[in-house]
Amino acid sequence: MLDAIGVGSIEELFDRQIPAAVRLGRPLDLPAGMAEQDVYAHLRELAARNTSAEDEITFLGAGMYDHYVPAIIDMLLGRSEFLTPYTPYQPEVSQGSLQVMFEYQTAISELTALPVSNASVYEGPSAVASAGYLARLANGRSRFVASAGLHPHSLDTLRTYARGFGAEVVEVPLADGLTDPAAWAAAIGEDTCAAFVQQPNFLGAVEDVEALAAAAKEAAPDAVVVGAYDPIALGILKPPGECGVDVCVGEGQPLGNRLDFGGPSFGFFAATEAYLRRMPGRIAGETTDVDGRRGFVLTLQTREQHIRREKATSNICTAQALNALAGVVYLSWLGRHGLVELAELLLQRTHYAREALTALDGVEALHSQPVVREFALKLSAPAGKVVARCQEQGVNPGLALDDDVLLVAITEQRSRADIDRLTEVLGAAVAAEREAVHA
Amino acid sequence: MADASYPEDLLYHPEHDWARIDGETATLGITWFAQDALGEVVFFDPPEVGSTITAGEPYAEVESVKAVSDVIAPMSGEIVEVNGALADTPEKINEDPYGEGWMVKVKLSDPSERDNLTDAATYTSQLS
Repeated sequence: MLDAIGVGSIEELFDRQIPAAVRLGRPLDLPAGMAEQDVYAHLRELAARNTSAEDEITFLGAGMYDHYVPAIIDMLLGRSEFLTPYTPYQPEVSQGSLQVMFEYQTAISELTALPVSNASVYEGPSAVASAGYLARLANGRSRFVASAGLHPHSLDTLRTYARGFGAEVVEVPLADGLTDPAAWAAAIGEDTCAAFVQQPNFLGAVEDVEALAAAAKEAAPDAVVVGAYDPIALGILKPPGECGVDVCVGEGQPLGNRLDFGGPSFGFFAATEAYLRRMPGRIAGETTDVDGRRGFVLTLQTREQHIRREKATSNICTAQALNALAGVVYLSWLGRHGLVELAELLLQRTHYAREALTALDGVEALHSQPVVREFALKLSAPAGKVVARCQEQGVNPGLALDDDVLLVAITEQRSRADIDRLTEVLGAAVAAEREAVHA
Repeated sequence: MADASYPEDLLYHPEHDWARIDGETATLGITWFAQDALGEVVFFDPPEVGSTITAGEPYAEVESVKAVSDVIAPMSGEIVEVNGALADTPEKINEDPYGEGWMVKVKLSDPSERDNLTDAATYTSQLS
């Protein structure tokens, strides 16, 4: 090839094409190469430093939860028709993929009580931020009001997006674990583009979404009310579509996706019909073919990136189709009653755990609000050190927030015996840390 | 779908819009060529009454089965009326682009902008 273009060597090619001033002039500072067997051994050693949720009794949550993933999900996800295809550019050929999207959308629509769902987006935080962009396109305003109870990753992502399209994010503080209603109402005005609340919020507390949505609509009738929901909690909470929420988004991981060290997962995105044409991503529709047989299409594609380019609501609409498939299989596996039973079980165990833990010396509830599956504790010892002590005993008690706050999550995989073990280990760890301070 | 036509009594903008001027107001819409290029129109997203539009800039969106396109304002002014019937029957834009398929009525802020528009013969000579 060098011959064909009339250059003597690679060095000469670079000399002629790349100015000397921008070249490094020395080899990259990288270690010497390794044999394949050595690389394998090295990677094994790195991997062994990870602690999986199966290696300890874990109460970590904060947005992603260690639910059981039934074998049927791996069985279906492993089918090559689902596992191997790239995004369908000639979608109607892939009737199976489209049907899965349609079934998924139907499930999300029923779960949220909102009429329109897309075929999924990347994950929860980008779904939150995309809802902001939808609102911006819908009413043209540039002020977002967001509860401090949103997941920090959602707030960060929303701020990043907002900076990109010239909007500001105003944060409303929490009061005793809940979005402060007075501050919320005061922050929302005629210039508000969208108002964001999370249910349950980051500290596990169940918000009065209906009241917050009503207050937002009163202050700004055409502001978009965005609710970021935990889909599992919808087994027991009133659905957003019945609470005045215009756009419901959320992290889909709890639905049939493992923790997998943080991803990939999927985000769900549902809305009222008024925002149908502003939805990011793709939507599969049901139709009939020329012979009257049931079939599926990608509908309203004209709104999206391959035709609208810079005017599309989203340019990341590569749906997390495989992860969303896990979501719809999980919901089908649980069924309508199973989801309710699961949420009720979480509710009972969570309250059992909250009572047991707050009875410990040096441990109290951070807030007294109702919770579903997660709650925040205030420790009279440094939370990070308490976590480390518990982990030495094979128990991960949750996520340390700030200096003295611990966020504890419960799934159906944590038995009463596990919770009793947590109580024992956490009590001892807090006592030991308090002792260490006094010593 | 109607046959190709370009009424003599209208003024035309090269972005395939027409204006019917009546004193200080004008009725606006898209040309036969535009609706034909778009194909079957399924949605019209109008501006708000009272909003201001600027000649040469988008003021509405029209969605067909092929694309969503901006509608460019041939003249500047304030929207005084939008064709509400298009919400339920956007296909009027295909069937009758100069009649029932009209889009908005505008109170003109600068009637002299009509000098920038052309007659039907000039407009159609630019169509390839």
